[in-house]
Amino acid sequence: MKKSIFLLLFVLSFSITLMAQGYKVGDKAQDFELMNIDGNTISMADYPDAKGFIVIFTCNHCPYSIAYEGRKIALAKKFAPLGYPVIAINPNDSTIVPQDSYSNMVKRAAEKDFPYPYLLDADQSVFQQYGATRTPHVYLLNKESGNLIVRYIGAIDNNYENAKKASEHYVEAAIEALLHGQNPDPEFTKAIGCSIKIKKS
Amino acid sequence: MKRLISKLLKISILLLSFSAFAETQAQQVEVRVLDFETFEPLLHKNNDTIYVINFWASWCVPCIKELPDFEKLNAKYADKNFKMILVSLDFKSALDSKLIPFIAEKGLKAAVLLLHAPDANAWINRVDPSWSGAIPASLIYKNEFRLFHEGGYTFSELDKIIKPLINLKQ
Repeated sequence: MKKSIFLLLFVLSFSITLMAQGYKVGDKAQDFELMNIDGNTISMADYPDAKGFIVIFTCNHCPYSIAYEGRKIALAKKFAPLGYPVIAINPNDSTIVPQDSYSNMVKRAAEKDFPYPYLLDADQSVFQQYGATRTPHVYLLNKESGNLIVRYIGAIDNNYENAKKASEHYVEAAIEALLHGQNPDPEFTKAIGCSIKIKKS
Repeated sequence: MKRLISKLLKISILLLSFSAFAETQAQQVEVRVLDFETFEPLLHKNNDTIYVINFWASWCVPCIKELPDFEKLNAKYADKNFKMILVSLDFKSALDSKLIPFIAEKGLKAAVLLLHAPDANAWINRVDPSWSGAIPASLIYKNEFRLFHEGGYTFSELDKIIKPLINLKQ
């Protein structure tokens, strides 16, 4: 009994440390400079007129990312004109998943005609800084007095398998809230996703 | 000569029936599809049994990599108070086309069920609040002992956890 309580405490403290990594809602997000599929690097500073960004950690191979592809495109088309462009970032190490290599990203973007930049987090520093753990994983940033503040973290909606059956459109609702000067509710959701493939050191 | 022929005949019949048996085995892979409400009680049994609940999917590379280790563990503790459940998060639409053929091909012995619960935000915390939702992930529990881990396991890591649990009393 004593032993199991001790173990439980150990596990709990471990979980809490894990949860403390990366950004939380309300944190200030750092800009990045990553290679886009057209060979140019992109930063959020390149968008002086943006009100914020829909940063989506995603990739080629993950069925959840694929299932959300149409929805990512729809978000970009709807919200870029309203000041919230989508920026997709592939955080995976392609030696583990060859499908997620830079050349396969270029191919995929061309096939699907992505209306948003698709960047490679080549040294895997950006996803770690943000605290992304899976694909797809959304960070909605809002520009407030010159800073990029994290206002929503989580899933795009509440049905990964079938877009038509989703009853909660978290990202859309969060941006609508920001456009009306309110904070998103919910500001944090979880979703099943593919683990991010980290380069073996 | 006659005896030899009859012997050969017997062997070939045996072989034939064996291959037919193997085939029906593959066809007999059954996977229950559960929603979260029906699945949840499996996370809270209190019956002196060790439960190893692994969340995976047939297309998930690190999940497939660790499956043989889970199968080995399952075989090792088969005669103990030990139960392994491989909870697939494959899409329900891929049940017959992908998941069942995968289980048959790999010859998985541990129980597999498909958790069809696409509104994941509603239930991930009910498995464990520390889970971000990435797979693989595993929950090992026995009575009030509970250990959740997001990420992969090797056989020896698993075995190190299970061994002392076997004799752990309330």
